[in-house]
Amino acid sequence: MTRDKAKDTAGGDTVLAVDGLTVIGRPSDVEIISGVSVSVRRGEILGLVGESGSGKTTLGLSLLAHCKRATQISAGTVEVAGKDLASLSERGVRELRGRAVAYIPQSPASALNPALRLRTQLGEALHDASLSAADADARVREVLREVALPDDDAFLTRYPHQLSGGQQQRVAIAMAFVGRPDVIVLDEPTTGLDVTTQAHVLETIRRMTREYGTAGVYISHDMAVVADLADEVAVMYRGELVERGRTDAVLTSPEHDYTRRLLRAVPLLRTDGHGGGGEPEEEPLLRVSGLSAGYGRTRVLEGIDVSVSRGECVALLGESGSGKTTLSRSVAGLHHQFTGEVLFDGGPLAPSSYRRTAEQRRRVQYVFQNPYEALNPRKRVRDQILGPYRHLVGRPEDPDAVVAGALERAALSASYADRFPEQLSGGERQRVCIARAVATRPDLLVCDEITSALDVSVQAEIVRLLQNLQEDGMALLFVTHNIALVSNIAQRVAVLNRGRIVEYGPVGRVMSAPEHEYTRALIADTPDFRPALAETAD
Amino acid sequence: MSTPSTAVARSAAARTRRAGLLRGAWGFGRTKLGVVLTGLVVLVAVAGPFVAPYTPTEFVAKPFETGVDGTVFGGDNRGRDVLTRFLWGGWTLLLLAGSAAGIGVVAGAVVGVVAGYQRGWLDDVVMRANDVLLAFPQLIAALLVMSVLGPKVWLIVAVIAVSHMPRVARVVREATRKVIEQDYVKAAEAIGLPRWRIMAVEILPNVTSPLLVELGLRLTYSIGVVAVLGFLGMGLQPPTADWGLMINENRQGMAVQPWAVALPVSAIAVLTIGVNLITDGLSRAAIGIDRGVGK
Repeated sequence: MTRDKAKDTAGGDTVLAVDGLTVIGRPSDVEIISGVSVSVRRGEILGLVGESGSGKTTLGLSLLAHCKRATQISAGTVEVAGKDLASLSERGVRELRGRAVAYIPQSPASALNPALRLRTQLGEALHDASLSAADADARVREVLREVALPDDDAFLTRYPHQLSGGQQQRVAIAMAFVGRPDVIVLDEPTTGLDVTTQAHVLETIRRMTREYGTAGVYISHDMAVVADLADEVAVMYRGELVERGRTDAVLTSPEHDYTRRLLRAVPLLRTDGHGGGGEPEEEPLLRVSGLSAGYGRTRVLEGIDVSVSRGECVALLGESGSGKTTLSRSVAGLHHQFTGEVLFDGGPLAPSSYRRTAEQRRRVQYVFQNPYEALNPRKRVRDQILGPYRHLVGRPEDPDAVVAGALERAALSASYADRFPEQLSGGERQRVCIARAVATRPDLLVCDEITSALDVSVQAEIVRLLQNLQEDGMALLFVTHNIALVSNIAQRVAVLNRGRIVEYGPVGRVMSAPEHEYTRALIADTPDFRPALAETAD
Repeated sequence: MSTPSTAVARSAAARTRRAGLLRGAWGFGRTKLGVVLTGLVVLVAVAGPFVAPYTPTEFVAKPFETGVDGTVFGGDNRGRDVLTRFLWGGWTLLLLAGSAAGIGVVAGAVVGVVAGYQRGWLDDVVMRANDVLLAFPQLIAALLVMSVLGPKVWLIVAVIAVSHMPRVARVVREATRKVIEQDYVKAAEAIGLPRWRIMAVEILPNVTSPLLVELGLRLTYSIGVVAVLGFLGMGLQPPTADWGLMINENRQGMAVQPWAVALPVSAIAVLTIGVNLITDGLSRAAIGIDRGVGK
């Protein structure tokens, strides 16, 4: 640590002090965050938790004195290492960004410039004119070693698209740390990553903040990750800071009602399973045997055998690239290039949905991963639901009753029927997608990562909804990468790794005594979240 | 996480809040100005024949004579009333340009959506055929066909529409390809909705933004081409009153009788500027909508 850090003597070891910060939107003057005060000490990490729209990203950006379009800081101070950013000129702030405060954005894929090689990219982040070219190069290599990436020339000449998601995120972390900042703001940096990669990235962040004595602000909606990482937790709700304290104190005795709700929403990694694990009835509803699928010459799935019984939930667990979406799309008739047998209720399912009978299409419904893309933006909710119904079931006598019934099964009120998708939140959109799927009264619902684009609190609601549907007798094929979700919803689980099922059995058994080492690694990498609250909860 | 009470309260306001392309475009001052200018010229062209003081072929003055009693702008190259011919000459231009642009855009949209959605060999064949059509400059192609087959009204419309078609198809195909990646199209495929319905119901409404912009643009070009064809004598034939034709007929007398040229020229100019301003507003609004800042 060559750089002189004399500035922080006055404020003890508090590097970041935010006092009464208020950010308003223009021109409506609505307070996006109001009167927020936090402070972070050197080498510690503050976990900033809240649902989407609670203002946590706005707060994170204002720590860099950066405001999103049409917002501005109207009151309060942001002091980084003794300097008030809010009162500095644009030029002064620019001097400090990257050196005093650095930012790691949510999606590394879009944060790295695809046209720049890593050497240029990292050198730009350093932007320190006092360093010679050789020094700068040495610094770049040093920081790459620290985030456990190769530091040779071959690696430095790569472009971002030649890296994996985890590597990209580590490059983003390296970019943030290269200027030895006093404060680093991390905006959900692991949201798009697999658990194994997430565990590595979190470990890197932890170690780097300790070594550099940097104060970290970790923004997340996932209590489990924050509990694992942060020294202190601040909970945001509707633009206000509702609770703040040491992590263990907040986890064991949360004071605010919203914090308690957040904690309860986190799926517990280990549950007792859901009874019933034994071999089900003779002929399952869906039987997939010897399925192999691919794209062109590339094989993605090999020798898959899965079955789903009536009223049962089977989880397909796997990381990105394991082929789980390809499998679910094959079942839904959206992926045609597969061989093997798919039997539904005794009859074979054709590869293409257009070759299936209307009855088969009605009985197998699919819910998509991203609710922001799965609804036609030009159609009202009512028409979204009635479209498939008219096509598969026929013209209803009372369309309003069909829509209201479907919405009710998805736990939405009938008043949603007149809305357009853009007037719905992410969770509401996903409910509409579910309502659209259940309107035709299917027997099997294929859910492709349907909660991965949603907040943890919304995820808990969706899971509860699916459990209710299951109790009504619907079978679920639940595709996910989240092992904690599996133990909360499924009876049986199939673990997919590189296109093969490596473990298949009742959830209770797989979670408590995993046989395959891949499953064991998955369980070990997932933050095991067991708040004391779970017992005291009402 | 909205509680039911707030949800109900919001839904009342929600119905009216739908931010459409047209409303977004209307927010720009340029769009309003464009609508006023275009409306003015359209009004002249449509209402003109009913308020014209004479018939378009009536002789009221000596050739290129100005200051004649009973005329406002004097006579043209044959001594017919300039004002009357100006008032009569607009609707043909508007009708030809409008229908050429309309047919071209509709045909282009159909070709673009089908090519973009079906992909495969159909896409290849259609788009390569498009490329061939694109190789002909619009005006040259029109002149060529007119000089071979002779100037006929339906031919003017057809040639201009055909020359618009590949340009529109290209834009729409790109927009379509973006839309078909979205899951709602896959959802429609999963329930086995017929292809044509997917194109009509799921895709077409979601490519209207570029389509509207394209319509404005094509209208501007159509006005230009129709007027130029008239001027070159390949459009409507004398003695029809037509703005393009008027410019050609009266250009020798421009020094003594400027009105016979100035009126149609400025009308065409105002119309083109007006339509362009609307198009510009539309495309700005469309960019805003695409980026999600239109809300």
